[in-house]
Amino acid sequence: MSALTAERLRQMDAPDLRRTLDELYADYIGCLDEERFEEWPEFFTDDCLYKIVPRENFDRGLPLATWLCESKGYLRDRVVAIRRTSVYGPRWIRRQVSAMRVLGWQGGLIEVRANYVAFETLLDEMTRVFNVGQYRDLVAVEDGRLKFKEKICVFDSLLVPNSLIYPL
Amino acid sequence: MTLDRHWPKEGLTRVPYWLYSDPEIYAREQERIFHGPSWSYVALEAEIPNAGDFKRTFIGDKSVVVLRDAAGGVTVVENRCAHRGVQFCQRHLGNNAEIMCPYHQWTYDLTGKLIGVPFRRGIKGQGGMPDGFDPANHGLNRLSVACRNGVVFASFAPDAPPFEDYLTPPILELFDRVFDGRKLTVLGYSRQLTPANWKLMFENIKDPYHASLLHVFLLSFGLNRADQPTRIVIDKTGRHAAGMSWRGEQKRTEANAEMRSLLEDLKLNDPTMLQPRPEFAQYTICLMTVWPNLIVQQQSNTLAMRQLVTKGPGAFELAWTFFGYETDDADMTQRRLRQANLMGPAGYVSIDDSEVMGFVQQGVASAPEASGVMEMDGDGWREEEAHGVTESELRAFYDYYRKVMAL
Repeated sequence: MSALTAERLRQMDAPDLRRTLDELYADYIGCLDEERFEEWPEFFTDDCLYKIVPRENFDRGLPLATWLCESKGYLRDRVVAIRRTSVYGPRWIRRQVSAMRVLGWQGGLIEVRANYVAFETLLDEMTRVFNVGQYRDLVAVEDGRLKFKEKICVFDSLLVPNSLIYPL
Repeated sequence: MTLDRHWPKEGLTRVPYWLYSDPEIYAREQERIFHGPSWSYVALEAEIPNAGDFKRTFIGDKSVVVLRDAAGGVTVVENRCAHRGVQFCQRHLGNNAEIMCPYHQWTYDLTGKLIGVPFRRGIKGQGGMPDGFDPANHGLNRLSVACRNGVVFASFAPDAPPFEDYLTPPILELFDRVFDGRKLTVLGYSRQLTPANWKLMFENIKDPYHASLLHVFLLSFGLNRADQPTRIVIDKTGRHAAGMSWRGEQKRTEANAEMRSLLEDLKLNDPTMLQPRPEFAQYTICLMTVWPNLIVQQQSNTLAMRQLVTKGPGAFELAWTFFGYETDDADMTQRRLRQANLMGPAGYVSIDDSEVMGFVQQGVASAPEASGVMEMDGDGWREEEAHGVTESELRAFYDYYRKVMAL
């Protein structure tokens, strides 16, 4: 299969586009669930915006994010924190994405919404629902593959169970 | 209530672990500390700018509502209908012309006065309240209120001391450094539930010893480290305190040789996150603890209220309100938002604290018979310290705590 281009993407029919996007989300989640964090920034464009935002802030138009990355450099710094600087107990996070919708095109970008849920397992506790929310994404084509130009995770679970260490 | 609990004979250099898990201690804390003659932080006035605006929050276990009335005053009432106890307010923030309980539609004005009781006179001559029923005796439970430079505090005690006296001059001066009368702007909220006793959050902030060791990020970048100039101020009672310091360099020296976590090679891929703009004349960091439920944080350009809400002996909610000033330009707001990455449930620095507080709770809850040791820099405390190699703020805190709790 030849490299993906913006042109080819535009010409895809709906089922093809959906399949391509499904693969992107499955790859993205696989990367995070398997804790291949070093690969995570590569899912984003260099000038990306990645945010995790409590729904109460989002709905009121308040600008504060719980987690704010204004470039790929910010994403890499988060990976350094996970690997080298943050002190935290061991855990597994498993994510699921569903109800993906393609809203349409914004310039050369595809606007996508999807639900996500992240389950957290701490070693001495039952698995719990950790964070539930909506992805509000802008997807671009870069270097022959789909990447997130923008990924905003707006979460309903306002009361965060202690710490949010791994990306969503 | 009589408690069969005895503080270790060593005094202030020890803290008994039953303090963090005993439900009777927790009940006494609610009564004597949170619902006693203390001033608890409840809101920023910027959250309720217009008549009818309200904010729902907590003081200890009790839910309260902060209201702006038509005359511009601030009222704080307990979130409990005077009729049957309904927690009538169920939203974090909102606006209402009056307060109506959904159950039997008892209605109150914005100062908590009962103004409407349906069927008070009965229907067709039947039923109704007795003639002697006086609405004046059935208003909402109103708390004492103190507003200072845009910050609202409330007290369950009708005879709480004047707020300025309560804060005491040295703490008031530092409070006014951030709250200098400029109008505030709320940037947003963050909430986390930490599986630890509420006192561990205060202990964490009042413990400069850990900052140079636990926080690889903080100490590597020289944001707060024991080999940097530090100042600690404790009020005369021991209950409030503030720790100030000046930003240092990312460099290994003789003075920080024991800080094993200092990474000289640590570099940000995107340094814009940690590029503060000079803002305050003194200190790059000032962390203030205000008894019994508030931490005021000024860390470079991030400004935040951290409100402690108790959730039983083994957990607390930390409710963060990040703010700036109405006069901030776009660049300053952007810096505040970027630097907010250091704090909150996903904070580069505060993750370490919330995780470690959970570990502490696991350890102390499993050994109520044991005690913690706080001997760094002596066995007492002073109102002024010029270094951070000390546990004196912790000893001061428990000095006051023991008096209030009669322990």
